[in-house]
Amino acid sequence: MSNNSLIKDPYQLLDDYIDSLPYKKENLILILHHAQGLFGYLPDKVQWHIAQKLDIPSAKVYGVVSFYSFFTMKPRGQHVANVCMGTACFVRGSEKLQQEIESQLGIKTGQTTEDHLFSLDSVRCIGACGLAPVITVDGKVHGRLENTEDIKQVFAKYRSEATPDAQSEISSVEPIQDVKHAT
Amino acid sequence: MDIQLTINEISLTVPDGMSILDAARTIDIDIPTLCYLNLHEMRLNNHIASCRVCVVEVEGRRNLAPACSTPVFNGMVVKTDTLRAVQGRRTMVELLLSDHPKSCLTCPKNLDCDLQSLAADLGVRNITYEGEESEFAIDKSSLAIIRDPNKCIRCRRCETMCNDVQTVGVYSAVGRGFETVVKTAFDLPLHDTSCTFCGQCVAVCPTGALMELDQVDKVWKALHDPTRYVIVETAPAVRVALGEGFGLEPGTIVTGKMVAALRRLGFDRVFDTEFGADVTIMEEATELIHRIEHGGRLPILTSCCPAWVKFFEHQFPDLLDIPSTCKSPHEMLGVLSKSYYAETYGIDPQKITVVSIMPCIAKKYEAARPELGQDPVTPDVDIVITTRELSRMIREAGIHFDHLKDEDFDHPLGESTGAAVVFGTTGGVIEAALRTAYEWLTEKPLENVEFESLRGMDGIKEAVIPIGERDFRIAVTHGLGNARTILEKIQSGERHYDAIEIMACPGGCIGGGGQPYHHGNIEILQARANAIYQEDRSKPVRKSHKNSAVLKLYNDFIGEPYGEKAHQLLHTSFTKRRKI
Repeated sequence: MSNNSLIKDPYQLLDDYIDSLPYKKENLILILHHAQGLFGYLPDKVQWHIAQKLDIPSAKVYGVVSFYSFFTMKPRGQHVANVCMGTACFVRGSEKLQQEIESQLGIKTGQTTEDHLFSLDSVRCIGACGLAPVITVDGKVHGRLENTEDIKQVFAKYRSEATPDAQSEISSVEPIQDVKHAT
Repeated sequence: MDIQLTINEISLTVPDGMSILDAARTIDIDIPTLCYLNLHEMRLNNHIASCRVCVVEVEGRRNLAPACSTPVFNGMVVKTDTLRAVQGRRTMVELLLSDHPKSCLTCPKNLDCDLQSLAADLGVRNITYEGEESEFAIDKSSLAIIRDPNKCIRCRRCETMCNDVQTVGVYSAVGRGFETVVKTAFDLPLHDTSCTFCGQCVAVCPTGALMELDQVDKVWKALHDPTRYVIVETAPAVRVALGEGFGLEPGTIVTGKMVAALRRLGFDRVFDTEFGADVTIMEEATELIHRIEHGGRLPILTSCCPAWVKFFEHQFPDLLDIPSTCKSPHEMLGVLSKSYYAETYGIDPQKITVVSIMPCIAKKYEAARPELGQDPVTPDVDIVITTRELSRMIREAGIHFDHLKDEDFDHPLGESTGAAVVFGTTGGVIEAALRTAYEWLTEKPLENVEFESLRGMDGIKEAVIPIGERDFRIAVTHGLGNARTILEKIQSGERHYDAIEIMACPGGCIGGGGQPYHHGNIEILQARANAIYQEDRSKPVRKSHKNSAVLKLYNDFIGEPYGEKAHQLLHTSFTKRRKI
């Protein structure tokens, strides 16, 4: 974990959260949401930790995580961009927009940039059809993205605000080797 | 409240809550099923309606209804045999087959596959649909079970068995849509999970997606190697099930034919795991008395079942001091073959190959446990094959099994008692132990050796058996979910017992994962259990400590039961493992 003593161990935060719930096994999805908020993603080790804490099989946790597209098992970037693929955005060129972003960031939809700054995904309609085509970055809507330069500016703004500390914290969650060799 | 309905124009009255499928069966109308499996005695009920093979027409309903999971209602009009229903079923099977390997001829499940029989029964003659085919890696990591997800039809019987009945929870449906597949946690190799290798998933898998690790060729190789001295031993539950592989009625006792077949296959000696079972009783009964006399930890738990052993190592690592340290009977017979027998007859133990024929898949894994051998190059047992694999070997060799004349096991490790026979079914190990412990503790002969209260198919049986001054509190469970219930009661202090017998498979070894497939007919297990008790009654000696060959073994070689040499050869230790 981070050497910065001000940053609390995310596992401790997760346990505190689970302890605060009156029903635990019944709230698996809620707990997974919370864990993804803490870790940025749900690596095997975090899923295993939740399974032990709730005393349920890890396979069950894994099954649930794999089912819902909101959950991700791969590390996500500091900022998550979603291209709207709803009908209005689609007819106004969201497919082209998606390709342009992919080429600017050098990744495909569903992937994360090497510097862990951006992840790219797509969503169905977000209800901002008047601004089509739109993307959201961390939930914030950016509309009428019709030319290359505007798109560049959106990402440049986030790049200039990047905080390297947070990245290293996310990437410090060890993968499952620990679990693999447990038997 | 009763429900009135008609099925195929026959009026009937059935209890509320019944499915169309069960209602139809009460009037001898069979609707084909595939994913559906209801083994009531095992508390397994898989009715997820994923395969849609059981569809029927219900008047007033737009689409076809899955009979397995549609409850009946008053005035319901069901038709099971209309053209639409029959063609609907055939289409479902064709769709399943469009994403299924067409390698039936070389599939280990060939001629024993529910999907194959269904396709035949429904008259599927071509597969109209050409679609995407799944491509998954085959998991060969474990020493017991092979997983081929390409043959999985997503019926999830394995998942229901592993989660609901065995409470091990190794499997889960992972992903969604076409990509859904039953996997382990984090897609770990089965070997690295908490799998107990009980093989009950294999026993209920309708296709070849879950199979035992086939070791028949290894046995052939040993048999045809002139430098090897190949000893075979057979578990009690094999002799009451092997006949099913040759069309004999379930519950037919084929001990003599089995021995004859093994000799024809070329084994140098045909020994009986039951000898090992009698030795197990000598050790376990002594261990129990030792714990009572020295204030040791009670209850003592039986440790014959390797799936149960792996279960408690993962799930109850804090209770590792309560199981008996006895090795399982086939391991005992293996080590005695390579020590006592080898020494007595002047055979180099390094040249001996011990093959165990077991009703069990977990025994394959057990035999490979590194601590179960005299040294790293002398495992107690070299190869384990299941009842099913033996049946295949007999066919491969062209032996007419049902024409064989009965033959007897070889001396001296082929001598056994009725107490050893009953090891094959739930309640048997503890019954055998009590027959001996009673006589040792009271120094009086036990007249009635049959402990009825410990018999039968109830998931958890409890009895108080008075022996001399002391009342023995006994529990017997089969199925790992039942075992968990009992162990949790011990952990919480809610219940106190002196001895507990646990077998991982429903019904005990007779229902083992390596037995001929029951295809959902649980009456077969009862027939096998009855055969076990019949074989017990037919034995002249029914108490392990009266087995003259066993007594000679202790006199000439081992010395005292639970003594130094016994510990060295016949006892083992357990390992704490993590729960995945």
